[in-house]
Amino acid sequence: MTAVSIEGVWKFYGDYPALRNIQLTAESGACLALIGRNGAGKTTLLRTIAGFSRPGKGSIKILGTEPRQTETRSKLGFIGHGISVYDELSALENLTLFAKLYNLPDPQKSALEWLERTGLERVRNGLVREFSRGMRQRLAVARAFLHEPSVLLLDEPFTALDDRAIAVLQRLLREALAAGKTIVMSTHQLREALELASHVALLNRGQVAFHGPCTPEMVADPGYVYARYGETS
Amino acid sequence: MTFLHQVLVVAVKDLRAEMRTKEAINASFAFALVVLLLFSFAFDPDSESSKEIAGGLLWIVFAFAGTLVLNRSFARELPNDCLDALVAAPIPGSALYLGKAIANYLLVMAMELVSLPVFSIFNNVTRPVTAQLWPIIGVLALGTWGLTVIGTIFSALTVNIRLREVMLPMLTYPIMVPALMSAMRLTTDLVAGKPFGPDDFTWLKMLVGFDVIYTAASVALVETVLVG
Amino acid sequence: MRDKIVITMGVIALAILVWNINTIAQLPEETNQGVVFKIIFFHVPMAITAMIASFVALITSVLFLITRNFKFDAIAVASTEVGLAFLAGNLITGSIWGRQIWGIWWTWDARLTSALVCWLLYAGYLMLRHAIEEPTQRATFAAVFSIFAFIDVPIVIFSIKWWRTQHPQPVFWAGGSFPPDWTTHFLWNMLAMALVGAVMVMVRLTQEESQRELDSLRRMAHAM
Repeated sequence: MTAVSIEGVWKFYGDYPALRNIQLTAESGACLALIGRNGAGKTTLLRTIAGFSRPGKGSIKILGTEPRQTETRSKLGFIGHGISVYDELSALENLTLFAKLYNLPDPQKSALEWLERTGLERVRNGLVREFSRGMRQRLAVARAFLHEPSVLLLDEPFTALDDRAIAVLQRLLREALAAGKTIVMSTHQLREALELASHVALLNRGQVAFHGPCTPEMVADPGYVYARYGETS
Repeated sequence: MTFLHQVLVVAVKDLRAEMRTKEAINASFAFALVVLLLFSFAFDPDSESSKEIAGGLLWIVFAFAGTLVLNRSFARELPNDCLDALVAAPIPGSALYLGKAIANYLLVMAMELVSLPVFSIFNNVTRPVTAQLWPIIGVLALGTWGLTVIGTIFSALTVNIRLREVMLPMLTYPIMVPALMSAMRLTTDLVAGKPFGPDDFTWLKMLVGFDVIYTAASVALVETVLVG
Repeated sequence: MRDKIVITMGVIALAILVWNINTIAQLPEETNQGVVFKIIFFHVPMAITAMIASFVALITSVLFLITRNFKFDAIAVASTEVGLAFLAGNLITGSIWGRQIWGIWWTWDARLTSALVCWLLYAGYLMLRHAIEEPTQRATFAAVFSIFAFIDVPIVIFSIKWWRTQHPQPVFWAGGSFPPDWTTHFLWNMLAMALVGAVMVMVRLTQEESQRELDSLRRMAHAM
């Protein structure tokens, strides 16, 4: 079953096409790594898939439905550049809030469970503004995974993580993939991403320059894809 | 989860966050008090003519101090990109909007209920105000809802743009003219001790109509503002 | 082709205006107010043109939100700007008239006050546009604001009229009679004003489209 299907998507800023005729799919259980230089359109594409903005042309389907529909949103997890949790609330309050918004049957319980899984149960009543960077990032991951989404969209999730947070995230992503979840992840940290990826797509100036399975050569030499399909300059 | 429950979850979240920092509410209170003080220098509170303008002055204070709260409304979602998480959550944009509007409403009403006695004391209108306290609070309630509804949707509109703090009042006040006019008229009449006449009913209808129309328009357009 | 139409319309509008102004100047002076009453030939058509412009802005804003076609956004901004210009003309002619008749440059009569509030409303629309850099977001948010502004126009006009009946002030149009045979000249002027407005909108449209193209070329150049 195609978890994420992007067909003929264009995204315009005024008349300028930031995304041009994007054609990509990701099957259930796949992990698609989106790579590309800065400004290639990775963040734009991820945000469009997540439903934060509308494509100018083309269609996006997540598990067969539009991204902005309510049932689709319950199955989607997103980690962007920000941690998307409130500084003035505690870790527990933050997760309980999102658990309620996502209609979980026992919000408090789910929140506590995910605080444990990300190693934050001891600081559950601490305000987020007092957390270290790594703790904040682990909380962001907890927030994204809290409602057990079927599709995870992650924008450069490994950037600026400390090793503890990287380990937690990799573990959670592996568990998610083993459970048949789908991941679309943009990344600069090629090695960590390519270890998890089943497929790779290279974006170049808003277009898909390459899309295919992740091969051992790619994992061994992350620059391989760029060299072969991207720009040399 | 029902729509109402979703609205309340958002409202409670905003209020809890605000109570932790008290940034907006403190600024709003302080500003209201300072402006009331300045007005008492500008207009002699003992003269009869100043009783005529008292109702108007009060609403100018509320409009300006209220904007400080309303500006924060969507701006508080910017650090850490929290707005993304709220927009991505499976709640309708209207639930997010109404939750924030209710939280703003309670904060602005709190500022107004504190300012009202101060205003009455500074302008020597404690007796008429106490005599008509409930009608005055009623007018405050209706007028503040109009201010909140417009201010909250425009807070969403201006959250990501340059000069946000300037744009919000610039856009809100002209639209608010009919509601402010009605509220000022009603408040002035009540403070002056006039009984509620047929003219006042027209102003009341205007205020209620404004509130209803703009609540509907905001709820209809909020999804466009949030997602584009 | 479009340029030819614009120029033709412009020439026609100018011709009508010149001919009409000549006729109006020769009309007998109004009994109570003298020559200055003839300002009504400009003052009222400007207001009507401004109202038409704001209605066009509403329709095109709604159409933009539905179709996401930038042509509609261009018409909306052009129409609003032209409407603002005409409304300013309305305010200035009203002020001149008041100065001549009442000796004051401004009074808070119902119509002038409503015009001023509506002017501020649509000036806010332009300020909003200036504050948003990204074209799609700018067009979308401006369209939403345009809808809010238009809803307010009738409410503002009515509420200020009601306010002023409670607090009578010098009413600018009291005491002037409008002979029926003046109606033709009035309508000709109305047509001329509307044509001038349409010409201005079309010129502005061309400029807006060039601006958008420039903007997208600039982005493309940066992306290289």
